[in-house]
Amino acid sequence: MKQAAPDTTSTGVGLVETHSVTFAHPPDELTLESGRKLGPITLAYETYGRLNREKSNAVLILHALSGDAHAAGYHDPDKDPGWWDVMIGPGRAFDTEKYFIICSNVIGGCKGSTGPSSTNPATGRPYGPDFPIITVADMVNAQSLLIDHLGIEKLLAVAGGSMGGMQALQWAAGHPHRVRAAIPIATALKHSPQQIAFDEVIRQSIMADPDWRKGNYYDHGQPNRGLAVARMIGHITFMSDTSMEEKFSRRLKNGVYGYSFAEDFEVEGYLRYRGDSFVKRFDANSYLYITKAMDYFDLSGGRLIHADREIETRFLVISFKSDWLYPSHQSREIVREIKRGRVDATYCELDSTYGHDAFLLETDAQTGLITHFLDNLGHRHA
Amino acid sequence: MPDTTRPDHRIIVDIIENGSRVLDLGCGDGDLIALLKTIKNVRAQGIELDNDAVSRCIMRGLSVFHGDVESGLMDYPDRSFDWVILNQSMQETRKIDYVIEECLRVGRRVIVGFPNFAHIRARSTVFFCGRTPITSSLPHSWFDTPNVRFLSIKDFVAFCRRKSIAVVDVRYLGKIKPVHVLPNLLAINAIFVLTRRPK
Repeated sequence: MKQAAPDTTSTGVGLVETHSVTFAHPPDELTLESGRKLGPITLAYETYGRLNREKSNAVLILHALSGDAHAAGYHDPDKDPGWWDVMIGPGRAFDTEKYFIICSNVIGGCKGSTGPSSTNPATGRPYGPDFPIITVADMVNAQSLLIDHLGIEKLLAVAGGSMGGMQALQWAAGHPHRVRAAIPIATALKHSPQQIAFDEVIRQSIMADPDWRKGNYYDHGQPNRGLAVARMIGHITFMSDTSMEEKFSRRLKNGVYGYSFAEDFEVEGYLRYRGDSFVKRFDANSYLYITKAMDYFDLSGGRLIHADREIETRFLVISFKSDWLYPSHQSREIVREIKRGRVDATYCELDSTYGHDAFLLETDAQTGLITHFLDNLGHRHA
Repeated sequence: MPDTTRPDHRIIVDIIENGSRVLDLGCGDGDLIALLKTIKNVRAQGIELDNDAVSRCIMRGLSVFHGDVESGLMDYPDRSFDWVILNQSMQETRKIDYVIEECLRVGRRVIVGFPNFAHIRARSTVFFCGRTPITSSLPHSWFDTPNVRFLSIKDFVAFCRRKSIAVVDVRYLGKIKPVHVLPNLLAINAIFVLTRRPK
């Protein structure tokens, strides 16, 4: 584990707080990709490090499906740090001594940003199924309002893994003049039918739970069983064959077969534990809305880099060998689009056995690549 | 240029014009690209298969794709680069025909540098010792060589003629100095500048 000697790299950013800002008040609601309008919109966000006077050192970190604004440091009195703490802090990949780091919860989420569990101002009750379908572009457009609010014109970089990588790509595609560099990790230009299929099974497991009540469950409690199963499916796809073998093999919880449907194998216990703890922290409707947003995402066919525009965005694309949920060929497809747009890019496939989880776990290799990539952006600028 | 610069790199830097757009296939640690960026202010992109070499390129701030040369070329639009460099990596390439054709498509001109298998020392090792030659430009034993192609300067000239590829310039290298006479016998490396023959 990483918390040994109290040097600067192991102390991280310390205690942090989540802030929030509300904008897009009616009648100036945000027009969504679907044509529907959403407002007011609250975004929960955290920042680490200091914005320099030129406001040129801001890096936006983008979270994955179940992530939140709490990317680094500790909330009082939590024991666990933010979800990408190993990558953010003094001396880390996203070095808070050099960069001003921002992370916000996506719209559609349930960690302080406006989503289906938020109160609908029109009714005074949670939106539930009345919440409009949102897309990755909508998430990014809302973030750009946050960046306006922080007084930043151009981000030094946008970075994230999985759905965070989709947002990074969307930033480059939709707001090319506002990002100098994008770091999409373990992600894709679009979901393949296999990825959509997994998401559909995940959604169906939630919707098949009678407690889901067509999305109007807020007076009764969550569809716990359905959401837990949904998360269990997710966890299977985040690991690799090898990492599951290493972590669980066929080990039994009690050493012998129980000859029942109780949890015999460690892997069963792990999935059940993950499922049960997830329902305490995540809203089932948010899971539906966000997986749908990921399925709709599609920047293929020349939509990532527009031929008619001189785009200076630099790309660092990272994939992991054992990631079968977002396999390397999807990252190479991103790279292909960049090549076709005649834009400079760097691509690296890292060796890892962790599967899709690697973007959260392979700290050293990613740190090496990202540190130098960001450093060299700085030099170019200076 | 620093004194330690490899002679083949010196020649390539000399050939390439200021501000060109360059693709280096099999760029290794990025020595050549770094040199071209410093001296000729080029915009450069590398392709490299080796993991560690890719990391070292990124540490130097170079743009590099992790992948093999053959699949790395096809996605570029025609004439994406002023120069495509295939230096000391053609002998490790399987689909030579395809790679050279692709180089000529994505680049206006192509630099191909390779070790000369017909160098006098290689010839004499075969002739007098009856052994597979090991020379400064062909330093590997038969069992651990990454090379899958063994060719001479004359072989490559014949190849270009057969493929109707125009040879714009050729430079021959000895161990340190250029070679001007009997290159197929005396040069250990050759650097060809190619372009597509106008139809």
